[in-house]
Amino acid sequence: MVMIAALLGITLLGAVVTFFADDRYAARLATAISSIPALLSVWMYWQYYQNFQEAGNALLTPGEAAFVQQIPWIELAGFELQYYVGLDGVSMPLLTLTTVLTTLALVSSWTPISERQNQFYGLMLLMEASLIGVFAALDFFLWFVFWEGVLIPMYFLIGVWGGPRRKYAAIKFFVYTNVASLVMFVGFFSLVFGLGDEISTLGLPAIAQALRGGAELGSLFGFPLATVAFVLMFFGFAVKVPVFPVHTWLPDAHVEAPTPVSVMLAGVLLKMGTYALLRFNFTMLGDVAQTLAVPIAAIGVLSVIYGAMLALAQRDLKRIVAYSSISSMGYVILGLISFQEHGVGGATFQMISHGLISGLMFMAVGVIYNETHTRMVGDMSGLADRMPWTVGIFVSAAFGYMGLPLMSGFAAEVLVFLGSFQSTVLPYAPLFTGVAMFGIVVVAGYLLWAMQRSVFGPYRLETDYEVAGAPFHDVAPLVVLLLLVIALGVAPDLSYRMIQHAVNPILDVGGGI
Amino acid sequence: MTQLALQMTQSSWTALAPTLLLGLSALALLLVDSISPEESDSTLLAGVAGLGSLAAAVTTMVFLFGGRGLPTEQGGQGIVSLFGDQIVVDQMSLFFTFIVASVVTLVVVASSDYLRDHRYKAEYYTLVLLASTGMSLLASANSLAIAFISLELASLPSFALVAFLKSNKGSVEAGLKYFLIGALSSAVFAYGISLVYAATGALQFDAVATAIGEGVQTGVLGIGILMIVGGVAYKTASSPFHFWAPEAYEGAPAPISAFLSSASKAAGFVLAFRVFLTAFPVDVAGAAIDWVLVFQVLAIVTMFVGNFAAATQEKVKRMLAYSSIGHAGYVLIGLAALTGGVDQSQVLGAGMAHLLVYGFMNTGAFLFVALAEYWGVGRTFEDYNGLATQAPLACAAMTVFLFSLAGLPIGGGFFSKFTLLMATVNSGTWLLGAALIINSALSLFYYTRVVKAMWIEDPADGLELDDYPVGLYTAVVAAGVVTFLLLPGFDVVIGFAESAASLV
Repeated sequence: MVMIAALLGITLLGAVVTFFADDRYAARLATAISSIPALLSVWMYWQYYQNFQEAGNALLTPGEAAFVQQIPWIELAGFELQYYVGLDGVSMPLLTLTTVLTTLALVSSWTPISERQNQFYGLMLLMEASLIGVFAALDFFLWFVFWEGVLIPMYFLIGVWGGPRRKYAAIKFFVYTNVASLVMFVGFFSLVFGLGDEISTLGLPAIAQALRGGAELGSLFGFPLATVAFVLMFFGFAVKVPVFPVHTWLPDAHVEAPTPVSVMLAGVLLKMGTYALLRFNFTMLGDVAQTLAVPIAAIGVLSVIYGAMLALAQRDLKRIVAYSSISSMGYVILGLISFQEHGVGGATFQMISHGLISGLMFMAVGVIYNETHTRMVGDMSGLADRMPWTVGIFVSAAFGYMGLPLMSGFAAEVLVFLGSFQSTVLPYAPLFTGVAMFGIVVVAGYLLWAMQRSVFGPYRLETDYEVAGAPFHDVAPLVVLLLLVIALGVAPDLSYRMIQHAVNPILDVGGGI
Repeated sequence: MTQLALQMTQSSWTALAPTLLLGLSALALLLVDSISPEESDSTLLAGVAGLGSLAAAVTTMVFLFGGRGLPTEQGGQGIVSLFGDQIVVDQMSLFFTFIVASVVTLVVVASSDYLRDHRYKAEYYTLVLLASTGMSLLASANSLAIAFISLELASLPSFALVAFLKSNKGSVEAGLKYFLIGALSSAVFAYGISLVYAATGALQFDAVATAIGEGVQTGVLGIGILMIVGGVAYKTASSPFHFWAPEAYEGAPAPISAFLSSASKAAGFVLAFRVFLTAFPVDVAGAAIDWVLVFQVLAIVTMFVGNFAAATQEKVKRMLAYSSIGHAGYVLIGLAALTGGVDQSQVLGAGMAHLLVYGFMNTGAFLFVALAEYWGVGRTFEDYNGLATQAPLACAAMTVFLFSLAGLPIGGGFFSKFTLLMATVNSGTWLLGAALIINSALSLFYYTRVVKAMWIEDPADGLELDDYPVGLYTAVVAAGVVTFLLLPGFDVVIGFAESAASLV
């Protein structure tokens, strides 16, 4: 199956073409190019939904993965590296999220991005290609190349087109994530060396199965190697998620990044971290995860509460959404560590749901900013009169964030809590769940407060021009996203069933301890 | 019967074709110059030089893929030895000749623009090609005498080239320093050879090894080997003979810096690989001196010296010069990790693969500096501010070079550093591996400074480039494309490197 290669090829080629295209039509060109992988992946999603609904996990039952392509690549130091891609119920929705969100983000860039457009759109497409690769790759090196390939365009996107403190934010992002990658790399390779002759390729399925098969790993400096590797990899991925206390790059990056880049950052890049946690830490080293359940759950719950509290203290709408992302990612961690059917499935569903909702929130804030040139709660009020469409969607998205039933956030959070409450792996599971649920109250608190002060009430905003509604091409992506959020809220099974079947194998073995 | 012998001789002769092509193009340039001495048409001269070196590069590639230099038992066409085994053409010599020839091609193409206002163009190209002839001969040398002669053939033109900008004080000073240290280290090297000869009575590499195996005066031999290490350290710009490098690379015309830091370094390493593996194998020469340990110390010191010094520089070219010292330290792992029980082809092959990738990415980076000098934008990091707004294509290529040098998976540098890391792990030399990781992480810091300046900083007022030199651009972009392609295509590089390393 060459579908994934086609996705990668089209976006990569498109990135190069756009990068050197003329500034005047770069925006349209990039959007047109990116709609091809978007449509293609939607079609693939549909195929998957019809034919592979019941397929298992790409790592634990690799024979059942869809769209698999496997070609030998490099023979390196005794390992066989491969071009090995494939999708399962976890990666398929994330991949579709990536392609669709990129296209919408590109449309939403038309208004705010005016300088060096060809380079901006080229880098966005390059990032899309890398993201597709991250979610599709099933070979460690291939995956790592794409993983790093996401960071480089992101660094430029923040650094060149960002706000006043863009240089600081870009460097901070780059340093944080590269150090994290290095730590993760070391952690993973300690696993590979621990496995020694048991594996001959660096295909993730082979490694996952060897580890699940009870391979003896030995110890390092008196600690069990598996635990050392788990901690190193967890640190590496936790920075990307991010969770407390390694989250400090995120608000800076979000505030300084231009809106479309924030959309990608919150919508997809954060999911790289949780996706990798699920794939590496929780799938390969599930037993270690269970022994460390309490600290991991504590990190998750702390992120929920701490992120929400920080959001409560912000005035900048972008910062509010940024901090609340940390909070939402905390739910994902809690769901994953529950090792319960609905917990892990709900966490994965939350990745999709949060990708859509936070993308929508950032986009809406961006549209408001395009018109008002401020994002500060308190600088403006009563915008609902001037821009009814944008504000209407913004408010709906906020309710989605708070977990209003019939929107995807509700389904995701209910599933996470359902799973984590019943968890047998996690001691004091009800307690952790209860504290985490408290986060929802705080979310409602700051979002309602921000809504009330900025968009309702009498109109007040000092500008020397007339604030009017946003142009159609700014609002259209918002509508699409809102419809997707509602669709997943009304019928979670559009993706929850395939997620369920993909995560079940993780529980089968991991739950045995 | 005679016919058969003749055939064999012919095929043996053709094995030297790449080296001969380089040497003949140098002579052809002198001829062209003497026919029309007034002609300052750069295109003709650069064309002859470029075609000659490109032909040499292509020939080596054809030879490599055709199985030349590979023993017949392994399905190849056999290793060729000439002049009573003084010269041997195997996969390793072809591999390194390829590095030298492709670097020279890039440098020559770039020089056609760089030299637009200079005189003595013919001499410049001739010297470059003569030096590269020496380097490729060095890759085939099988005796200490030939090695010394080729080393001198490579060095003498280089001295003149560094001082080529006669009216520029920095260039002349650099040339003099390079020459003085070069003369000193040549003397040390020659003295080392004489001591080895005194101890073993042989100059040919395998004969030296045999003689050592039969028992020799280990004291004299040990000092001789140590002095040869010194000669190698000079040529590869490794500690403790690296002091000339920052001066020479900074003062020299930028294409020459590219040439010296890539091709000349590779030539130094092929000498080291051959001498130490063929003439002084660890198991026999270990009694005289444990050169693996010497190289371990040198590798670690060189890595740290190069990278820490690079991190404190204010000028891009000087930073690249120090980073090139750091990379010499990485490649030294190829010798330093040769502890007992480890697969030689893996360790040595890792060093060779890194040299090839490095040949493209480092040459490209220096040629970008040449481009900046051509535009006259200045030498410090700040002077590069906002270049990407004016020249996105060249800056994109430079970004690929720098990130690949740092070891990010955007170019072949990622895999070549990883193979080096695997070599240290497999040989149990953890300290080397740790030094490699620490220094790679550090290097990202100073490489990123250039990237940040080019893309993220705002351009200085009045930065306006309207001249896009074709030759320089071609060379920079070609190097960038190759550097990137070496990431997906690393299989070919490591395949040849490992099979070549297993033959030595």
